[in-house]
Amino acid sequence: MERIEPRARSDAYGSRINRSHSPLLANIIPWGSILIGSLLPIFPIASALPIVPPLGFLMLLAWRLVRPGLLPVWAGFPLGLFDDLYSGQPFGFAILTWSVTLLVIEAVEMRWPWRAFWQDWFTAGILAGSYLCAGWLLSGATPTLPSLVAIVPQLVFTVLIYPLVAVFVSRLDELRLRRWRRV
Amino acid sequence: MAPSGQRRSSYSKRAQYNLFTGYIVAGAGALIGAVLLGISFFQPDIFDGPRGAAQDAASPATETVAVARTGSKSLWDSISGYYRAGSKNAELKREMELARIRLAEAEALRRENVRLKGLLDLQDEERKPVAVARLVGSTASSTRRFAYLGAGSEDGVEVGMPVRSARGVVGRILETGTTSSRVLLLTDSESVLPVIRAGDETVAFAEGRGDSFLRIKLINLGINPLAVGDMFVTSGAGGYYPPGIAVAIVTELTDDGALARIVSDPAATDFVSVEPIFEPEAVVGSQTPIEEELGD
Repeated sequence: MERIEPRARSDAYGSRINRSHSPLLANIIPWGSILIGSLLPIFPIASALPIVPPLGFLMLLAWRLVRPGLLPVWAGFPLGLFDDLYSGQPFGFAILTWSVTLLVIEAVEMRWPWRAFWQDWFTAGILAGSYLCAGWLLSGATPTLPSLVAIVPQLVFTVLIYPLVAVFVSRLDELRLRRWRRV
Repeated sequence: MAPSGQRRSSYSKRAQYNLFTGYIVAGAGALIGAVLLGISFFQPDIFDGPRGAAQDAASPATETVAVARTGSKSLWDSISGYYRAGSKNAELKREMELARIRLAEAEALRRENVRLKGLLDLQDEERKPVAVARLVGSTASSTRRFAYLGAGSEDGVEVGMPVRSARGVVGRILETGTTSSRVLLLTDSESVLPVIRAGDETVAFAEGRGDSFLRIKLINLGINPLAVGDMFVTSGAGGYYPPGIAVAIVTELTDDGALARIVSDPAATDFVSVEPIFEPEAVVGSQTPIEEELGD
């Protein structure tokens, strides 16, 4: 008998024979990666300017836009609560903004159900920009012009890094649905 | 990616209710967030407990990274030290000779100080640091400038204590957890520090601007006496910081003072020390409303 092409029975998530998805990974990876994203900005010491993009927020945007329907619309509350513990903004800021962001994306999706990547990037850029400006306005300190100027490099960096985050999330999504050997 | 079609209402009552509840919960979440945000504006320290606990929980990771960071920094310093080593060496030797002379002069001054203080019967009590620890992290994505310190209430750290490095003031303690605490850095826009110019007694306030500069606001307005390169040190007013610690160097003059850069950049220091509050009584006095009498 002729051997068939070995990859004929597999797809992007691996071979199908004697393999199945892991429910644990499928559920944990999106939430866990956003939590780690919230935690990462505390590691570098930025004494002069805010330089690190809000990685938790970017991961949330990327999961929501790359994989619509995966995160429930109420996910902003628990994830924002965790982000508030580490971000340095007044408590409640991320709960409010992340919930509102998910509701806004829901509305955008209702209006434009079919989108290309650059439209997603545009949405993410607008949302991240308003998030950073809201962070400047509601930081607990008096908003001053110099501190507004100081967030410009972070803003540019945040918008430019979104495609990378989106690619990373799509790789994580492949890992999430990978089939593992059963026996 | 194509929408998943979950939003399309089906004939399943359960699916419809699930969708509807999701929106309700999301809206309620946003409302709760707004309320919490409002509360934390009026009572900023009400959420210190959970935040301190969260910081303590993350401290194994942050400590490890801080150790790796300081290690790699010294490696990089030793590599970059070879660049133009000869000319640097000559320059350093010249500076060293000058510094030796200044040191001898300072020693003479110190002796004179001791003698004069002895005459006046003033006692200098020795000030020991409460704790020495690493700065383990910071709020690098927020507009506020906070740093996290690897020592907490277990080590005797209390809210308000000044934090300094070998070079100068870093900030002061804002919140304490059990094994970690949060430091308000000088560059934060809520940080105000009474300072004087080293050399004479020009009194000023150093306010953080939130963009890496400190704004030096002179108390006596008039002709601006400052010049680029002036060094400002703590004045000891307010009671938190002991006098005479380096704070900032003027880089640019403005109408009512100057812009200055901090002397002790927290990103460049590995260990910092937490010191006891300089004059606790003065701090209590400054926090008591004018209507209330200060008892003794």
